[in-house]
Amino acid sequence: MKKTIAAGIFGLTLATAGLANAEPVKIGVITTLSGGGAGLGTDMRDAFVLAMKQSGNKDVELVIEDDAQKPEIAVQIAEKMIQSDKVDLMTGIIWSNLAMAVVPNAVSQDIIYLSPNAGPSALAGAKCSPNYFNVAYQNDNFHEAMGQYANKDYKKTFILAPNYPAGKDSLTGFKRYYKGELAGEIYTQVGQTDYAAEIAQIRDSGADSVFFFLPGGMGIAFMKQYAQSGVNIPVMGPSFSFSQDILPAVGDAALGVKNSASWAKDLDNEANKAFVEAFQAEYNRLPSVYAAQSWDTANLILSAMAKASVKDKDAFRAALKAADFKSVRGDFSFNTNNHPIQNIYVREVIKEGDVLTNKIIGTAFEKHGDAYAEQCKM
Amino acid sequence: MSIALLIEQLLNGLQLGVMLFLMAAGLTLIFGVMGLINLAHGSLYMVGAFACAAVAAATGSFWIGLVASLIASAAAGAITEIVVIRRLYDRDHLDQVLATFALILMFSEGMRWLFGSFPLYLDIPPLLQGAVPLPGVGQYQLYRLAIIGVGIVVAIGLYFLIARTRLGMRIRAGESDREMIGALGVDIRTLYTVVFALGAALAGLAGAMVGALQSVQVGMGEPVLILAFVVIVIGGIGSIKGALFGAILVGVVDTMGRFLLPKIFALVLPAAQAGLIGAALASMLIYIVMAFILAFRPSGLFAAQS
Amino acid sequence: MPPKPRLSRETVVNILLALMLLAFPLGASAMGETFYITLATRIVVLALAAVGLNIALGLGGLVSFGHAAFFGLGGYVAGILSTHAFNAEPLLFGIEGTTSMPVIWLVAVMICGIIALPIGAISLRTTGVYFIMITLAFAQMIYFFAVSWPAYGGEDGLSIYVRNEFPGVNTAQPLSFFLICYVLLMLALGLFWLLRGARFGAALEAGRQNATRLAAVGIAPFNIRLVAFVVSAMMTGIAGALFADLNKFVSPSMLSWHMSGELIVLIILGGKARLFGPVAGAMLYVLIEYALGGITEHWQFFLGLILLCVVLFARGGLLGLLAGKARHG
Repeated sequence: MKKTIAAGIFGLTLATAGLANAEPVKIGVITTLSGGGAGLGTDMRDAFVLAMKQSGNKDVELVIEDDAQKPEIAVQIAEKMIQSDKVDLMTGIIWSNLAMAVVPNAVSQDIIYLSPNAGPSALAGAKCSPNYFNVAYQNDNFHEAMGQYANKDYKKTFILAPNYPAGKDSLTGFKRYYKGELAGEIYTQVGQTDYAAEIAQIRDSGADSVFFFLPGGMGIAFMKQYAQSGVNIPVMGPSFSFSQDILPAVGDAALGVKNSASWAKDLDNEANKAFVEAFQAEYNRLPSVYAAQSWDTANLILSAMAKASVKDKDAFRAALKAADFKSVRGDFSFNTNNHPIQNIYVREVIKEGDVLTNKIIGTAFEKHGDAYAEQCKM
Repeated sequence: MSIALLIEQLLNGLQLGVMLFLMAAGLTLIFGVMGLINLAHGSLYMVGAFACAAVAAATGSFWIGLVASLIASAAAGAITEIVVIRRLYDRDHLDQVLATFALILMFSEGMRWLFGSFPLYLDIPPLLQGAVPLPGVGQYQLYRLAIIGVGIVVAIGLYFLIARTRLGMRIRAGESDREMIGALGVDIRTLYTVVFALGAALAGLAGAMVGALQSVQVGMGEPVLILAFVVIVIGGIGSIKGALFGAILVGVVDTMGRFLLPKIFALVLPAAQAGLIGAALASMLIYIVMAFILAFRPSGLFAAQS
Repeated sequence: MPPKPRLSRETVVNILLALMLLAFPLGASAMGETFYITLATRIVVLALAAVGLNIALGLGGLVSFGHAAFFGLGGYVAGILSTHAFNAEPLLFGIEGTTSMPVIWLVAVMICGIIALPIGAISLRTTGVYFIMITLAFAQMIYFFAVSWPAYGGEDGLSIYVRNEFPGVNTAQPLSFFLICYVLLMLALGLFWLLRGARFGAALEAGRQNATRLAAVGIAPFNIRLVAFVVSAMMTGIAGALFADLNKFVSPSMLSWHMSGELIVLIILGGKARLFGPVAGAMLYVLIEYALGGITEHWQFFLGLILLCVVLFARGGLLGLLAGKARHG
């Protein structure tokens, strides 16, 4: 009952057999469509649905559900998708803590999970799995890139992140490549919205630059308050606070800020041009990095479907691992731990007419893997 | 660490406290007069922020947005009171908690329905942009000074409203004896609606002002709601003076905890670890303070008569 | 209050609810619909947590807005003990972890009791709204501690890779696990019934209605309430351990104030202080949540609307509708 409803709402019952060798593939998409983090999930879902629609592939059936950014709900939906909907593949989760709740159990039941965003270090290292493919990044990657890039201009950086695992991964990642001195290192409260105390310390620290990782509303608040504080030390960070979904809310405070990501809308390749154009035409807004990663996830699945039947898990896994698709990020391949090897770019926030967006100004890493691959035995 | 930084952090704490006071004043007023626990107070704060952001984006003026936020949140408050809250006055706290919990779900999802999933943009008005030099501190953000100013004005305004006006007299009468003022011919239903709308407007004002400093998004009211409850419980529920005192206490303790605890731990631990443990303790600090105060003063610091 | 000899309407409704709750997963199992067994297990576990809360809230009138603390603590006991056993790392002082459910439950009960005792002792100095808020404050302390404490995953939580074991039962099998939870729920309901009928329950209810009079007959309301609070926390702790095993995962969101709110919702939805109130409430809540989630993206709005309507128009909750007014309380 549930599956027809789910498919019906999103207007996407694309099932019915098509090609001779292809079996219908059922994909469970768990993502955040309500609450404060719904913007990211919406971008993820929209890009995924659009990619599937554009492909014209009639063998794909999507079951999309909202996790409300709560791990328990995500777990329940995952169980439902596996046991009741009998999905072949799963994807969609935005947040590391939800991924940690769902992924280990799903992959142990021989479900293939493709991550369109989160990449907690545990799943990249000792707890990696042949059924888990990360099509986005390992959590440390963007921070490492910023650390690498900071070496060029800065000697004394002040770093801050929220006090939770992704925040610690972030600062660890930054420090892994940054060679300068640290002017200070602060862990802020999760969900904190007032940063006056931290900004005062930044001003007082004698830093020549600031690196911060504050996803979602935290970053919006920090940037707006920082811009007003009269502190003129340059800021940098991973793309999460400068992504297309929240740039309009940060406003001009973000102008000129350097940030790191695996993708930008001006990245020069055919796949990307087609993607940006299609996304804008369909949804009348610019895509974010989450949309790009989700688009790649969809196309990776489609590429594997063309090569192997999803019922033959080994063949399908091999087909996924080949990563034989046109990524909007350019070169893309999988490392030994099924995490991406890709370029990480440094971007700058600019204004195109009235619209804030990012433009690539450099490459921090070429063909960059992650630090945990060695710990992965599979 | 310089003295100037310490003073600046105290000022930051004061400013955070004033922000909390705007939220807490409405909450404590509503509790004091109607005996109602309103978990949906944070939602009215959110309504204020969204209204301000939407109107400011449409008109280009923060000030028109600010007026709109007052109107929108007062209206949302009045409607909620008439449709829902009114039925809850003679219920126990449990029903009130549940009903207003349900209202949070409806408000949050309703706002997302109306305004979409992405955070909205709201900027500080040009008049209050930037930082000003402050003796002994150095540069301090003008807008934060303005917030402190608004908080003081609201505190004084509320004092006059309650101590000197007819409405205030009725509010005070309502706090001490609900049946009696009804018997004296005061239109209690209207009085309650007005008080609720007033509290809602204060929350909306706070939402609009804070929205310019933070992100205007669904769910923004919930963390501040919990803090506001901490404030009024510390201060003594129903007491405006208590709310003011509690708010400043919470603001200063929270800010100084975030600032000083990692430094204190750094004296004995390596920096990264000190940061982690200090931050962990800092996030628990106001709750520890609250539990401590209630353990010795079970009705808060400035308990109104029960 | 002694049980009445004749079956009252409420008793009949209770028996029907208990049978429905059992028949549902058995039927699902027969039809091979494993997910519905999981859903039923979720109902049973949440109901167990709420039965625990109902001792404090329903009988004692102690509106604890912080019971998620005990729910989460129970969950973390299960998660931490099994992680240590799984990785073969001893805990503190050379104590080994364990994957045995009975041991985990025992530890969960002890830990929750030890922590509930000081929390209760301090919180019970206050009343009314202050009590609601001070229990919330304690839960928030534990929540923030769990979020920022790195050893057990912090915000990311802790996975339980293999469900913990129960002697003689294959817990990996959904129906077996359901039955374990179901039996525990029935035992908890039995305990609730005994407590309510005993002098303890009478004193607790009398204390709710008139504490002064209770004190006048030489019973200290504080002690009675403290015991109720601690027992209530222990039961919710066991439910937390089961919830962690059900999800094979525990995270700070089990400790969040939303969870405390949900537990209260379950009780009110079903009928406060009623024996089967939490059961009826959990059935209704989980089914509404599940059904709405499939129908609309805006399911939280309608969930709120339904809850609101129940509070406003269906006083006494689901059991009030089905079985009429409560006999007492």
